[in-house]
Amino acid sequence: MSIDMKQFHQAFFEESFEGLQAMEAALLTLDPDTADNETVNTIFRAAHSIKGGAGTFGFSDIASFTHDLETLLDQVRAGQRVPDGPLTDLVLRSVDVLRDMLEGARDGREADVAHAAELRGEIQAMLKQDGGGAPQPLAAAADMATPSGWIICFKPHRDIMLTGNDPLRILRELARLGEATIEVDASELPSYPDVDPEQCYLRWTIGLQGEVSENDIREVFAWVEDECDLSIEARAASAPAQAALEPDVATDDSAPAPTPKTAAAARPAPASKDGGSIRVATEKIDQLINLVGELVITQSMLEQTARALDPVTNELLLSGLSELERNTRHLQEAVMSTRMLPVDFVFSRFPRVVRDTATRLGKQVALQTSGEGAELDKGVIEKIVDPLNHIVRNAIDHGIEMPAEREAAGKPAQASIQLSAWHQGGHIAIQVSDDGKGLNRDKILSKARDAGMNLPDNLPDSEVWQLIFAPGLSTAAEVTDISGRGVGMDVVRRNIQSLGGTVDIESQAGVGTRVTIRLPLTLAILDGMSVRVGEEIYILPLNSVVESLQPQLGDVKSMAGSARLMQVRGEFLPLLSLRELFGVAGQDLPLDQGIVVIAEAEGRQVALIVDELVGQQQVVIKSLERNYRRVGGISGATILGDGRVALILDVGEVIRSRPMAVAA
Amino acid sequence: MASILAVDDSPSMRQMVAFTLKSAGFDVTEAEDGVDALSKARSGNFNLVLADVNMPNMDGISLVRELRQLPDYRFTPLLILTTESGQDKKMEGKAAGATGWLVKPFDPEQLIATVNRVLS
Repeated sequence: MSIDMKQFHQAFFEESFEGLQAMEAALLTLDPDTADNETVNTIFRAAHSIKGGAGTFGFSDIASFTHDLETLLDQVRAGQRVPDGPLTDLVLRSVDVLRDMLEGARDGREADVAHAAELRGEIQAMLKQDGGGAPQPLAAAADMATPSGWIICFKPHRDIMLTGNDPLRILRELARLGEATIEVDASELPSYPDVDPEQCYLRWTIGLQGEVSENDIREVFAWVEDECDLSIEARAASAPAQAALEPDVATDDSAPAPTPKTAAAARPAPASKDGGSIRVATEKIDQLINLVGELVITQSMLEQTARALDPVTNELLLSGLSELERNTRHLQEAVMSTRMLPVDFVFSRFPRVVRDTATRLGKQVALQTSGEGAELDKGVIEKIVDPLNHIVRNAIDHGIEMPAEREAAGKPAQASIQLSAWHQGGHIAIQVSDDGKGLNRDKILSKARDAGMNLPDNLPDSEVWQLIFAPGLSTAAEVTDISGRGVGMDVVRRNIQSLGGTVDIESQAGVGTRVTIRLPLTLAILDGMSVRVGEEIYILPLNSVVESLQPQLGDVKSMAGSARLMQVRGEFLPLLSLRELFGVAGQDLPLDQGIVVIAEAEGRQVALIVDELVGQQQVVIKSLERNYRRVGGISGATILGDGRVALILDVGEVIRSRPMAVAA
Repeated sequence: MASILAVDDSPSMRQMVAFTLKSAGFDVTEAEDGVDALSKARSGNFNLVLADVNMPNMDGISLVRELRQLPDYRFTPLLILTTESGQDKKMEGKAAGATGWLVKPFDPEQLIATVNRVLS
């Protein structure tokens, strides 16, 4: 029978990648002094399964690479070897190589063979060091003369059948090898009442004729070697009987290994049955989300239209509509939640990042995470990985001091980095905090001035810290390959802003730095405040709205040109008219009759003049770029209940297009 | 039709074993570790159990030891699947009551041959 092994490849790749991830996570928690069995076992088991699967499914290069790795891990498991730094490091690098090999096999591309070979050499070198010693591949079965026949005496122990072995099966197999004459010796069989049917009282002498090797015979008895007395003698004494060799020991490395077939990736992933979940293509979910978005819009249109109806005569219709509103909201929430992933999806990669970065810099850093269970949109999660990576590496590189420096400052040599996440309103906050030396205000200011920025000395800290996001600004004295080229932090901020998020920095010299990223839970809906300017409605993202107020004429100061500032709680903020900004027809109301909304982004505030606050609502975000083109100061659009389009303000961009606020 | 319980924590190996044996006309039930296998073995009577050795929760050796204690499985062939080339696991398995072993990697033909060998 021929069975196509390709059909199992997808499952093999999936479980292997999961195994590597588990291995990596376990390796990072491995402490050589207190290494517990379960952690070591987890690591061993993952390698072991990959080896077994790779051998079975025809990926011989992966199988042989894993074989040496498994040997090394087996020695750790047996307590013959301590999982110290160099060993953990070597295994971690092997995980990377395996991942590359597996991806190569899955995607049908060449893996980095040279690198794999090099690492395998390192593993073998380590195996040769001390203790263990690499198990030498066993010599192929000894070359044996094959006599013309054998006399086999087989005396099973009484309890042989209790291991599920049936002596008759063995006799049958022997008879298959050659021409057999079997004599039974029943002399030990007790008389009937004393017979225990679970015991074996018989013994056999088998004469076997034909070209049969001793190995073949031993193989038949392999399972019962310890449950019988066995003698195998050559009938013609032409060759001395050789020491018995376990017949199947060599199969491990010399397994029949078909050439790897690599084009298996096209098959769609089989739906996973584990934990009652199914795999669904992301596009299907996105389609669902889009449809629900349309439904929400239709529903709010209906609601708006129904407002004009007489509540008494249309009671049934109205109560149906309010039911519809509730169901739509629940449906939207439920559909949104299918795209949600726990933030652990991102956090789980950081133990490795922290370890590698710290090791390279000679620093000692412990990572703590909390709030891994907080969920956010898959699209947001994927886009937050790089910025977060950058922030963490920056913290280790720039923020955290060398162990000696820390001790001199009275801190523990081992620094700490905390990654935490929590839900806050319709947002998620992700925070990276370290207990390093904090940001250096003077250094940042002087760097910024060197770069040509004109800055007052009394710039508040929060705005000084925001300067590290300016393009081309790095305060690292030396450029390292980890961070410090001054490209990066500006990209970090841009990426986060493009997700509708914000970054805030708090820092205290000698105590540490805390970077907080706030992100919308999803990219598809937004909590907004709608404001009216003339006939137009604009949506301000709720997370950027600080307050709204009616200004006193005395609070407003005119500056050179048409610029105006408004004094709010002792601080002068740039005062902008949305009407002027977007060229809306009509005139602003006199200031003391109009409304000003204070909005904030990137640590800076702006006062925006509007005609009226309409209300708060959740809006379905539509891309303006995709449907029209990019417009300055606008991040997207939405469709209102009455069918009109409202633009969503990009507060950060509006502020950046204005001069900075100055303290009074 | 002989019924077989195939125990492996690796879904791909389990799929392969199950598919191969089903194609050969056996009735196959899958279990993902020793604990799962033990509870399935208790509720159904299998003619053969094929168990991987390295598994979380309960490994193959412990599973064999537990199964042998059950009246229904005193004489049932219990085979362990092992990749370890050393003797240790086989001997450990035997000591626990395993009938024999099958060394990984094996191809479908070897699997069927071994199963036929114990079930014929």
